[in-house]
Amino acid sequence: MSIDTDTARKVAKLARIRVQEDALPALASEFSAILGFIEQLNEVDVEGVEPMTSVTPQRLKRRDDVVTDGDQQAAVLANAPDAREGFFAVPKVVE
Amino acid sequence: MSDLTKLTISAARDALRKGDLTSVELTAACLTEIDAADALNAFVHKTPEIAMEQAKAADARQGADAPLLNGIPLGIKDLFCTKGVASQAGSRILEGFKPEYESTVTTQLFDAGAVMLGKLNMDEFAMGSSNETSTYGDAVNPWKVDDRALTPGGSSGGSASAVAADLCLGATGTDTGGSIRQPAAFTGITGIKPTYGRVSRWGIVAFASSLDQAGPMTKDVRDAAIMLQAMCGHDPKDSTSADLAVPDFEAALTGDIRGKTIGIPKEYHMEGIPAEIEKLWADGTAMLKDAGAKIVDITLPHTKYALPAYYVIAPAEASSNLARYDGVRFGHRAKLDAGDGITEMYEKTRAEGFGHEVQRRVMIGTYVLSAGFYDAYYNRARKVRTLIKQDFENVFAQGVDAILTPATPSAAFGLGDMTDADPVQMYLNDVFTVTVNLAGLPGIAVPAGLDRQGLPLGLQLIGRPWEEADLLNTAYSLERAAGFVAKPAKWW
Repeated sequence: MSIDTDTARKVAKLARIRVQEDALPALASEFSAILGFIEQLNEVDVEGVEPMTSVTPQRLKRRDDVVTDGDQQAAVLANAPDAREGFFAVPKVVE
Repeated sequence: MSDLTKLTISAARDALRKGDLTSVELTAACLTEIDAADALNAFVHKTPEIAMEQAKAADARQGADAPLLNGIPLGIKDLFCTKGVASQAGSRILEGFKPEYESTVTTQLFDAGAVMLGKLNMDEFAMGSSNETSTYGDAVNPWKVDDRALTPGGSSGGSASAVAADLCLGATGTDTGGSIRQPAAFTGITGIKPTYGRVSRWGIVAFASSLDQAGPMTKDVRDAAIMLQAMCGHDPKDSTSADLAVPDFEAALTGDIRGKTIGIPKEYHMEGIPAEIEKLWADGTAMLKDAGAKIVDITLPHTKYALPAYYVIAPAEASSNLARYDGVRFGHRAKLDAGDGITEMYEKTRAEGFGHEVQRRVMIGTYVLSAGFYDAYYNRARKVRTLIKQDFENVFAQGVDAILTPATPSAAFGLGDMTDADPVQMYLNDVFTVTVNLAGLPGIAVPAGLDRQGLPLGLQLIGRPWEEADLLNTAYSLERAAGFVAKPAKWW
């Protein structure tokens, strides 16, 4: 499947990655090459095959519903680009 | 006495226990080698103070009952979170990030007495096969045959380069599609990816969670067994970590493989593979046969579809895992213009912080998971993955104990050689290794010979799930028969 620049722009938006308008055609052509490679999968008969969810047969363990951690505000915020008054700070979200 | 750094883990362990050597001497020798090897760009964050402190502590507890890796200096791939030490996954977006916690693997290595020399170069977020996508610049292969600088492979390129150049005794790697085994093969060292679930993923920066596994990269098979022992084990903090006993891997190394059945998959005879790799494979087959194994031809019919399935599943999982890099909680945040809101912050931060290959994979992953394409791409790939795993289950059910294949379709290539190639050309590096991740199996790369230029080539052995001990023993037998002892001539 060939990807056009509109689709490339839309995917970049969904991925929240800013791509300059003049870079979109090259990106679209890279996507087309990769998707062309992926499309070999259409040759495989997958009728009745279950999609894999876990590569090793296992049941996820349940842990006890108890508090095991906490009181680490300083550690949690230590790497934030902008932390103020015990919170992560971000640009205004709601007008 | 710079030869100290050439020691294997097992030789150093024995010398340390006997008191012939101290960890402080050994660690200091490694630090000297590292400082003289900046041309390899393998160590990207050096931690000499931590190393010397750990070495002194190791010497204080040395003795017959010292832990497994007591006083052994190791390099740690940048993908592992190490408390208070830069852990960037080779990415600009994690610039300045110093974790407040220690990964389970490094915790276990330190509990076993290991010494951390520093963090090792890698492809950004482990996405790459040549270490050329790193924010730190290329790591360089210590092997050289002409003026060209060669790739050490990827994504664990720094780990491979550091071990091959004797800057450390062993290193951690991670393997999502071949990122331990391909660089090990390119640099003439040993690397094992264990069964999915054998090693905890907690504290390792996630790329594709259903495929990622950590493992050791070492100078020989015995060292791989020793180091893997320290890395394995159940961890309640990783829900996919297996609650299984870890056998004594080193004790399994008898070299006796009589009566074992080794499968040779016909689908791995691929078009365009150099004749010398086919020959290496045939030679390896003959070695295992001479050692008493039974050789059988097998078929893994869906092999051809492993790479395309991988290039749906891995980017899909990556697009989800990498959503956390948003400029809010850690790492880089772009400078914003007046009036920019939170969406502009995300978009600019991710455009500045992620390199080209990572952006491309995140977007491919976003596309295959988007409405209208989820079934056609993502679900289809997961169904093909089921078939690939069944291929292996079928041959194991027929009594095959291990499968022998080439590790890579070529020897190390020049840095920059693939710059203008289609991204798919680079992906083909993992053609022999990626099936193993999709099926969750253990796989090991062992150096087996030199090509006509004089560059190392590796063979891969694939084992049954959870049977790393048996796999390591088969690899040990192959290693002894191949007798690979070549080392790169020092130019750095």
